[in-house]
Amino acid sequence: MDFLIPSTFAEALAIKAERPEVVPIAGGTDVMVELNFDHRRPTALLDLTRIAELTEWAPSENLLRVGAGVPYVRIIDELGDRLPGLAMASRTVGSPQIRNRGTVGGNLGAASPAGDTHPVLLACDAQVEVASVRGTRMIPAAEFYLGVKRNALEPDELIAAVHLAPAAAPQQFSKVGTRNAMVIAVCSFAVALHPEQGRVGAAVGSAAPTPRRALAAEEFLAGELSDAGLWESPKPLLDSVRRRFGELAAEAASPIDDVRGTAAYRRHALAVLARRTLGWAWQDYCGTGETRSQSCA
Amino acid sequence: MSKSAPVRTPTDLTSSVAGGIGASPQRPDGNLKVRGEFAYASDLWHEDMIWGATLRSPHPYARIRSIDITEALKVPGVYAVLTHSDVPGKNLYGLEHPDQPVLAVDVVRYQGEPVALVGADHPETARRAMERIAVDYEVLEPVVDMEDAAHGRGTPLHPGGNLVRHVPIRHGDQQVTAEVVVTGEYEVGMQDQAFLGPESGLAVPGEDGGIDLYVATQWLHVDQKQVAQALGLPLDKVRLTLSGVGGAFGGREDLSMQVHASLLALHTGKPVKMVYNRLESFYGHVHRHPAKLYYEHGADRDGRLVYVKCRIYLDGGAYASSTPAVVANAATLGVGPYDVPNATVDCWGVYTNNPPCGAMRGFGAVQAGFAYESQMDKLAAAVGLDPVEVRIRNAMHEGSLMPTGQVVDSAAPVAELLRRVKDKPLPPVNRTEPVDIREMPGGASNTTHGEGVVRGIGYAVGIKNVCFSEGYDDFSTARVRVQVIGGELSALAHTAACEVGQGLVTIMQQIVRTELGVERVTIAPMDTTIGNGGSTSASRQTYVTGGAVRSACQTVRGRLFELAARKLGVDAVGLSLHGGKLVSDLHGVLADLVDVLGDDVVDETVEWRHRATESLDPVTGQGNAHVQYGFAAHRAVVDVDVELGLVKVVELDCAQDVGKALNPEAVLGQIQGGSAQGLGLAVMEEIQTSGGKIRNPSFTDYLIPTVLDMPPMSIDVLELADPHAPYGIRGVGEPPTISSTPAIVAAIRAATGLALTRAPVRPEHITGT
Repeated sequence: MDFLIPSTFAEALAIKAERPEVVPIAGGTDVMVELNFDHRRPTALLDLTRIAELTEWAPSENLLRVGAGVPYVRIIDELGDRLPGLAMASRTVGSPQIRNRGTVGGNLGAASPAGDTHPVLLACDAQVEVASVRGTRMIPAAEFYLGVKRNALEPDELIAAVHLAPAAAPQQFSKVGTRNAMVIAVCSFAVALHPEQGRVGAAVGSAAPTPRRALAAEEFLAGELSDAGLWESPKPLLDSVRRRFGELAAEAASPIDDVRGTAAYRRHALAVLARRTLGWAWQDYCGTGETRSQSCA
Repeated sequence: MSKSAPVRTPTDLTSSVAGGIGASPQRPDGNLKVRGEFAYASDLWHEDMIWGATLRSPHPYARIRSIDITEALKVPGVYAVLTHSDVPGKNLYGLEHPDQPVLAVDVVRYQGEPVALVGADHPETARRAMERIAVDYEVLEPVVDMEDAAHGRGTPLHPGGNLVRHVPIRHGDQQVTAEVVVTGEYEVGMQDQAFLGPESGLAVPGEDGGIDLYVATQWLHVDQKQVAQALGLPLDKVRLTLSGVGGAFGGREDLSMQVHASLLALHTGKPVKMVYNRLESFYGHVHRHPAKLYYEHGADRDGRLVYVKCRIYLDGGAYASSTPAVVANAATLGVGPYDVPNATVDCWGVYTNNPPCGAMRGFGAVQAGFAYESQMDKLAAAVGLDPVEVRIRNAMHEGSLMPTGQVVDSAAPVAELLRRVKDKPLPPVNRTEPVDIREMPGGASNTTHGEGVVRGIGYAVGIKNVCFSEGYDDFSTARVRVQVIGGELSALAHTAACEVGQGLVTIMQQIVRTELGVERVTIAPMDTTIGNGGSTSASRQTYVTGGAVRSACQTVRGRLFELAARKLGVDAVGLSLHGGKLVSDLHGVLADLVDVLGDDVVDETVEWRHRATESLDPVTGQGNAHVQYGFAAHRAVVDVDVELGLVKVVELDCAQDVGKALNPEAVLGQIQGGSAQGLGLAVMEEIQTSGGKIRNPSFTDYLIPTVLDMPPMSIDVLELADPHAPYGIRGVGEPPTISSTPAIVAAIRAATGLALTRAPVRPEHITGT
């Protein structure tokens, strides 16, 4: 097996064009597990950790451009105020060691249905910047996930960055695992309020072959909020609205029974998570939210 | 040297050697382990070594039609590919019954059973060669139901059928009835020891045709015997040395790679290293027996027990391992630490095609403990008593009679332990202040800010036998040497008793310091050049090897006094050793031991036994089968998110009698660790199987508690000396594992009002989805 160490992104793209079968590696928190378990034997690894430009983030027009190699710990520490949803999801990733190494780019590359950041990227309308020697293109998160561990990358492409708008309103992320830290999601849920668009982004994770938006839940809530004029004069949401939102969110899932949980439990838990996270986000929007210290495991 | 007046009183001198018993000196290997510099067995290296790998069966039950190794042998870098026909000695091994092939012959009985071995220049070469071994299997329908297996239903997997052992216990009136009757059916899932250092070792072929094996194990001599038999070598040609052991908890009592690496080494003439990865480790060692338990408790209106009837099934999986002893434990301890005037107990251990199960911390007492403690809560509810009160009313005490007829002849402070955990202050319920989400059920995953969270409190107490039982000749061998090295007094302690992380090396040093007053104590590598040290299991090493080391020290001391008497011309009577000095009762300090010894070396080896036990009557289960009993009680406080079924154990306080805390810090460590392992079984740890196949052989899906799952503990350590045990000690390691699980599940029941008859409790058991 070759270990290729490009020092610029252009060099990395050239290698990927020439040898599309090479497996890119950044933090290695997914790739090394696969190698150790002998699930794959790539002919070459493409080490992206020496490429400085991948580990930078910066404002880009109205958005924030977060390099694919920015580790979770920096998203938490440096972007927690502007990307609260992504930071919340990042806090639930593995252990401190994993958060020091793992990256959003890696989460996207692996495209596991259980990846922690996916629901947030969907709820926040993130765009994935992918590049090849042929050029650069932007893929909306909603079009990025194609199947279990399959994404929209062409064989010669690498993930360069994700673009997200700085949060203008509250966002929440929540995930269920059968341990209180360092656990893979049994199911997860993200919600992001977009008052400027008069809508709410909502997405489920680990409860379908891909992470997916909960469109019916989004539409229902958008209608309820605008009908009652709640964006302009926020008031606490009715219990019935939160409940219905939860039910619709759960219906977005196509869960399976597996070793981590049953399909029925996942549906049930998603309804609870959606109801609760919406409640917290909306309370914050109303300015009545309580403060909770946000800490990692 | 002339006699001189005492410079210090003997009382002062007693405490002059630091780090004796009762102190908590640092582990000799502590700094290395904290720094990551300690060499574990997986770090072993030999210049010209090759790597061994094991081809395992993908099927729980299959006939092997043929094995073709031709293509594997063609892989460049492969030195050997071995099958059962290459086993020179007896191709069967086992702890109690040799029923397990070193390499499968014509049938495989569990998923992961070793079929062939490859020795190659690199682990990856070995893996590639393994893929080229063609095994033609005829897949058979696996036997997976333990109750069927116990009662003769289904395909027999071994010549004698599927029953490994049935232990009946008949105590008191078998026809007695009671006013209040509570019944229950319980299940305990298959727990894994989840030790962090995988199975590993290095086999080096000797010039004499023998083998030198460096390995992480729990019991060198039982390994030696089994390896020698499989290799067809005399015992003295199989030499074992303990390598760095990364945890054991019972999972290293059976062989893993020992014979395999040795076979490859003898066959290739090269040193062979084998290291399992995490996946292989889940297939490479035995687990805790999953259990199905049926209980009926009869009591009077005041909650006093009249009888207990129970049937316990333990699934031993494909091979016997230590199932017979686990069955005896579950049966003899099956009614718990209570005065039960009448008991009818039946326990069956069986063969199935599930993963083999054997020793794990708690060893049969864990499974029974979950059931009898669940029953005691049911009884409390039935008679309208507090759960602690009903336990105290029935609590066993010194002088109580076990269902086996054995009298409990040392402290059994069951009621006291329960009162202590009950009397501890309760944590406040905080539902208003902003709190750290990590203190909530779901922890860092941000699942609740207080919604759906209900508190519950639960209690449990447990009983465990200490040391080997049922007439087993259980002993340990210790050698202690005292000499002057570089002008300094120095002692060496040598045993074959395995340090697996529990701290025996520290305890041995402490005992030598106390007994001989020598501060500098070196622990020799543990190996088979000395006699059997017995197993590091059954909470027995401080008791038995500690007893042997103390006894060896006493012999050495006698020799030193003789030496002093001869050299100094004093009477050998009335002498003692303090802080490196020879002290006379009458005349105080006589001399420095350094001067007494000079160039002489005092070196003594002893074999030490605890008091003998008896076998159980095969029909009535009567007999003085156990050496000692240990007890612990827990109070668990939990917060349950009843909507999501997630649990946060808020407190897990414990009281335990340890007889005498030789190393108080280590005692607390054992209680914390044992409690954490019990917490794991209560809420997350289970090897899930389906049709005999393991569904979660990884730490991704076999979850063990993290620091956010395990609360800090308040621990009361009682020291009620056992007059039969060295220093009065009582084995510490296992009792806390027994009571922590039922206490936590009881607390979850209290929070949810659910029956919860299965451990571990999964979220869907709470949400009902």
